[in-house]
Amino acid sequence: MQNLIIAGREFSSRLFLGTGKFRSNQEMQQAIEASGTEMVTLAMKRVEMGDANDDMLAHIPHQSLQLLPNTSGVRDAEEAVFAAQLAREAFGTNWLKLEIHPDPRYLLPDSVETLKATEALAKMGFVVLPYCQADPTLCKRLEEAGAAAVMPLGAPIGTNRGLRTRDFLSIIIEQATVPVVVDAGIGAPSHAAEAMEMGASACLVNTAIAVAGQPAAMAAAFKKAVEAGREAYEAGLPAQIHSLEAQASSPLTSFLND
Amino acid sequence: MQVFLNNEALQTEAATVSELSEQLSLPAMGVALAVDGKLVPKASWADTPLHEGARLTVIKAVCGG
Repeated sequence: MQNLIIAGREFSSRLFLGTGKFRSNQEMQQAIEASGTEMVTLAMKRVEMGDANDDMLAHIPHQSLQLLPNTSGVRDAEEAVFAAQLAREAFGTNWLKLEIHPDPRYLLPDSVETLKATEALAKMGFVVLPYCQADPTLCKRLEEAGAAAVMPLGAPIGTNRGLRTRDFLSIIIEQATVPVVVDAGIGAPSHAAEAMEMGASACLVNTAIAVAGQPAAMAAAFKKAVEAGREAYEAGLPAQIHSLEAQASSPLTSFLND
Repeated sequence: MQVFLNNEALQTEAATVSELSEQLSLPAMGVALAVDGKLVPKASWADTPLHEGARLTVIKAVCGG
């Protein structure tokens, strides 16, 4: 399996992991280890008086992993730029998962604000990975604006519905000159394998692993699926035959009755 | 004096950002702070005075996807 390069950093794992929704920090840590991931997403929240201190960072091997803080909670490009500066300070990285989804019902990214923020943040030196609609035109525009990768969605966040945007993801992958990371909606290892077989550069998975009966075991299953899908893509998948008629795999020499 | 911590009024005797961070028992890692919408790097907390009515944005790392 070829290594993946984003903004000059090499990744031997093509599975990125979100750290939300785990039942405990310990389960999260076990899942990170089992997944073999080299990049994890994180979020930020406002500090309130009397907040209990959560030691979640102690459960993330942040020396060896690339941290990818997100901007979840921002409503527009201006807020995203401010959040990015806070994230850079808090996490000590200029890598950023840009996500601007003002509508809490579907959490769908606002394409106009995402494009605006990508342009501004790339100019400020951030490595911007925007979570975006599976819109091939938008993905080209994000690339031109300086995105280090694009992260189109398969289905709304946390729905586990798989690659509902399949055809558009294919067009995005065909046209992209930056890595394409399928983010959101991946609910089963088979979905991840499918994305990788299509030629996606990587998958970002969170809910499907975090809320599984055994998160670490599920993380291991996703690791295999992502590797299998990628290896199949690199091996060159055979074309699908349109007709339903069989194409024989064995020679049809009639040696029994002739 | 009164300052605003993430839009909530807060009474404090802290003269600097660094004193306020102690009052709030902020974690050592994964924190960022801005005064009046301008990021203050941690290295400058001790030299950054607070003023009456200062609007502080303070965030910390949490899990998220």
